[in-house]
Amino acid sequence: MHSTRSIVIFVLIMTTVVSLLLAFLSSAWAERSKDNALLYAKKATLGAVSQHLEMDYASINNEQVSDIFKNQVEQKVLRMDGTALTKEEVEELGYTGGQAENVDILKEMKKPEAERVLPLFIYKKKSGDKFYILSAAGKGLWDVIWGCVALESDLRTLAGVSFDHAAETPGLGAEIKDNKTWVKQFTGTKIYDEQGNYTSVYVRKGGAKDPDYEVDGISGATITANGVSEMLKRGLKYYEPYLKSI
Amino acid sequence: MAETQVLVKKVATPISFGKKERALITDPLNDNNPITVQVLGICSALAVTTGMKNAAVMAVAVVFVCVGSNVITSALRKAIPSQVRMIVQLVIIATLVTVVELTLKAYAFESYKQLSVFIGLIITNCIVMGRLEAFAMANRPYESALDGLGNGIGYGIILLIVAFFRELLGKGELFGMKLIGAGDIYAINTETSDIFGWYVSNGLMVQFPSAMFVIAVLIWAHRAWNPKLVDIS
Repeated sequence: MHSTRSIVIFVLIMTTVVSLLLAFLSSAWAERSKDNALLYAKKATLGAVSQHLEMDYASINNEQVSDIFKNQVEQKVLRMDGTALTKEEVEELGYTGGQAENVDILKEMKKPEAERVLPLFIYKKKSGDKFYILSAAGKGLWDVIWGCVALESDLRTLAGVSFDHAAETPGLGAEIKDNKTWVKQFTGTKIYDEQGNYTSVYVRKGGAKDPDYEVDGISGATITANGVSEMLKRGLKYYEPYLKSI
Repeated sequence: MAETQVLVKKVATPISFGKKERALITDPLNDNNPITVQVLGICSALAVTTGMKNAAVMAVAVVFVCVGSNVITSALRKAIPSQVRMIVQLVIIATLVTVVELTLKAYAFESYKQLSVFIGLIITNCIVMGRLEAFAMANRPYESALDGLGNGIGYGIILLIVAFFRELLGKGELFGMKLIGAGDIYAINTETSDIFGWYVSNGLMVQFPSAMFVIAVLIWAHRAWNPKLVDIS
């Protein structure tokens, strides 16, 4: 039997050693993990224009992602009235780096509507075609969902989308990220009608009725799919002042 | 309280790799497999076996945690106060799991993204704690390392077998590469392959219940093949 005293000493030593070790590892790799996370987000952003990249998106590597971002992507951070923030203003909001890639859309969606800032990426193809990549966030069945939507230069046709989620069910809700065929349906749909009225894109349970403004739902994932509809409807609308200004 | 001293002196056996040591590794692979015989660690076997890649990363992580926690616990076994031994074991496992998680985050971010929740769940994997309590607390670090290795691999093999069937039948792929069958619109991978082009991916195999079916069939096959496991009572 150990005395209470020796137990307390043992536990104190153990917790100190363990916490020092973990704290050391965590801070030693902090920079690396952050870079990884940023690169992952950049790759997801490019996923929205995956069909328009000059290389195969499925086999793209980290250097290529960085290269494209450096040479072909213009970044802007917008206020809700469509005007752009300067780098310093973005950094003041707590986003070190001051670029659109540093803005956390999930954090922005928690702020009051008027104070939000929106990341915008403009991808320029070597041929000169421009794609506007907008970001949106909303909620799925279990947790948050977010995604990027690329608009063609007519500013109403979708060139592609990429979605991600925190905790949707694999095989059901998670299909919004994994099912490439489902994601491809968005390409060619429109968020404005002929008269220029905002329509967004609707995910319809049972199958799209109007292929210009609707896509098919996912069996077994109605709530996640509705979350996608809602996220697009609200999130893309925020960019309207900017889209009208160009 | 009077302290009782045990005066039995043990003659330290030299470190060797004989029949007994080999059994420490091979036993959990077959006669005493953690999943198919002891039916431990089923929860994670359901969760991470949708693809070979995830299963392989998980298997490596569990082997690492199993060996590491076994060695550390065994080295500390005389110092660990018996009243708090469970908590100490838990701290050791949790620390190693956190190390695995941080390593993946820094060096294999895509796997970390796919596995993050389940890596954390190694802490609750009954195999790891079971080995600490049953073996490492009573044996030397060397034997404990072998035992951890055997159990980790025994778990990993089953994980890979289950993942093989689930990924092949559920998505028609292995390690993310399309092998058989046509894609269908609601399947995860929609590329098509010329081999068994008529095969439509079975969505159920990607879902958790299918892991139960596969593991049950594996247990049956294992018992049919190994007569030692047949319950004669």
